[in-house]
Amino acid sequence: MSGATKKDSQAADAVPAPRSGDDHAFLSVRNLSVHFDTDDGLVKSVDGVSFDLEAGQTLGIVGESGSGKSVTSLGIMGLHTSERARIGGEIWLDGEELIGSGPERVRKLRGQKMAMIFQDPLSALHPYYSIGAQIVEAHRVHNKVDKKTARKRAIEMLDRVGIPEPHRRYEDYPHQFSGGMRQRAMIAMALVNNPQLLIADEPTTALDVTVQAQILDLIRDLQKEFGSAVVMITHDLGVVAEIADSLLVMYAGRCIERGTAEKVFYEPQHPYTWGLLGSMPRIDREQTERLIPVKGSPPSLINVPSGCAFHPRCPYADVPPDNITRTERPELQQVSDGHYSACHMSREQRERIWTEEIAPKL
Amino acid sequence: MTRPPARRRTAVAAYIIRRVFAAVLLLLVVSAVTFAIFFLVPRLGGQTLDSMAAQYVGKSPDPDVIAAVKKNLGLDQPLYLQYWHFIKGIVVGAEYQFGPDPVTCNAPCFGYSFKTHTEIWPQLVDRIPVTLSLAVGAAVIWVISGVAIGVVSALKRGSFFDRISMGVALAGVSLPMFFTGLVVLALFGNGEYVPFTDDPVAWASSLVLPWCTLALLYSALYARLTRAGMLETMGEDYIRTARAKGLKERKVVVKHGLRSALTPLVTIFGMDFALLLGGAVITERVFSFQGLGAFAIQGVTTADLPKVMGVTLVAAFFIVICNLLVDLVYAAIDPRVRLS
Repeated sequence: MSGATKKDSQAADAVPAPRSGDDHAFLSVRNLSVHFDTDDGLVKSVDGVSFDLEAGQTLGIVGESGSGKSVTSLGIMGLHTSERARIGGEIWLDGEELIGSGPERVRKLRGQKMAMIFQDPLSALHPYYSIGAQIVEAHRVHNKVDKKTARKRAIEMLDRVGIPEPHRRYEDYPHQFSGGMRQRAMIAMALVNNPQLLIADEPTTALDVTVQAQILDLIRDLQKEFGSAVVMITHDLGVVAEIADSLLVMYAGRCIERGTAEKVFYEPQHPYTWGLLGSMPRIDREQTERLIPVKGSPPSLINVPSGCAFHPRCPYADVPPDNITRTERPELQQVSDGHYSACHMSREQRERIWTEEIAPKL
Repeated sequence: MTRPPARRRTAVAAYIIRRVFAAVLLLLVVSAVTFAIFFLVPRLGGQTLDSMAAQYVGKSPDPDVIAAVKKNLGLDQPLYLQYWHFIKGIVVGAEYQFGPDPVTCNAPCFGYSFKTHTEIWPQLVDRIPVTLSLAVGAAVIWVISGVAIGVVSALKRGSFFDRISMGVALAGVSLPMFFTGLVVLALFGNGEYVPFTDDPVAWASSLVLPWCTLALLYSALYARLTRAGMLETMGEDYIRTARAKGLKERKVVVKHGLRSALTPLVTIFGMDFALLLGGAVITERVFSFQGLGAFAIQGVTTADLPKVMGVTLVAAFFIVICNLLVDLVYAAIDPRVRLS
């Protein structure tokens, strides 16, 4: 198809140019795809996602359930163990390509150079092993130290993440911890080897609001202290608003908007991003109107809607001419320096709608 | 491992004491219920004291003899007194007036068969090692093979190995013991049971066939249970965490996966094993072993109540003990059970 080459060349603008050797960003994801062969068909959970993340910076990946944000992060960690997973593209971590290197190499990096914390710490911690034993285990996989040293290190980490009486709590089992403490323990476990990349997959979703703020503060403090890069995955824009340097908005397995947090928050270019902003509760404003939900539900990843995957739910689907939203998939286009969006509407149309219709209601 | 702190150790001790106490209580209840079933239920079923006593006398009984038997056996006493004598007999022994000479039944007296004129306990003691040998050997085989097959099947789900082993397992579960047992007998012939203390090698070789026959049935079941358990566990979040730590897959499977998958198996194993200890009835029958199961059958077919009662109590004892062990092992495996 001739259209395909045209699209590819457009996409190339949006993909940050691959840099060679030492010039790579600390984490550099190029055209990542994760597809699953299922009996019902090919599920394109992630379909061509690219981004760069420098050391010490935080990237927020935002999207609904099923948008592919968790699948992306598990892909970086090399945790898609199913034989049905098909992973494509490139992942460069500190100058080393991960997808092409063997699983054994990636295993050695996991927990050492890159670590991950998960959504629900109760189910993510093993119920039969004490908190201390699980942290010690994480430390000793990658460090040849005796149990005593590892134990000391684990207690030190528990103390660092704010667990009171770490000597005593070391012996406790996950069910004896509260939700927030469990997530702290999970963070201690992830950071025990000073990883340079920390991926947090909805780290606060299972926690109540006051604890959420504490956990986010903790992650931010630790990031400053260790200088690690953080990928924060969430469906809650409020979570990333404060800590992310850049944002990536995902929809149906693709990136639909990407840019600095400031640009995406204050000059969002995609109707889906507007929808996310509209459905976010704000406590800094007087409540005058109800939250505006994004109508409809996330699309099937087997039969992704033709054209722009968001068109069935997009109130502006008919703004661009010639039914193009239903026939042609929009590629990421640069809006301004480092700010990309995948929408068929012209920049003028988008800016007019944003300033006249959307922004006043937020 | 680090030593558990004092508060945890005392909690564990208290838990064990509580469980042992409950087990003793349970045994008393079981013995009372068993006693009631054998001595009360026949009466509810329309038997009179006379007809019960008549079982112990020859054909065309003389009323005087029946009355004497009734008195000698204590059948005319209230039930609670009879039960008391029975329990007392277990502790200090008993003496029965039967015929011209009194019969002594040494402690622990689990009753006396007036049909064969034998004490029950020594016969039980003779037969327990047979059943125990059978059960222990078979259990070792079925646990090792069942779990190993189940784990490999789960990890290679849908593979050739998985399909074949699950097919064989289905056959193993479905084939009745008396069929596989007879096939094995026809193929390999029968050996006589040799006590372990006489000759361990001969003991093992005399038991290999019954072990394998018995193990086939359970092994198939355990392979299926292990496979299902592993499939479930390996999808848990904490398995993903273990992988995210960078653990080797082998360690993820064994230390994090298998340990959780095997926990429910402990309960099932406790029950299966305990039931076998009470007599592997069909296996013993097929291989002509004189174990507890064969003894129970003998008691039932000759309506010799003390024998049946004796086997029932021993079986109940094994079940209570195994249950206690299961609970203790469970508490050791799963910390969430321990303190609640």
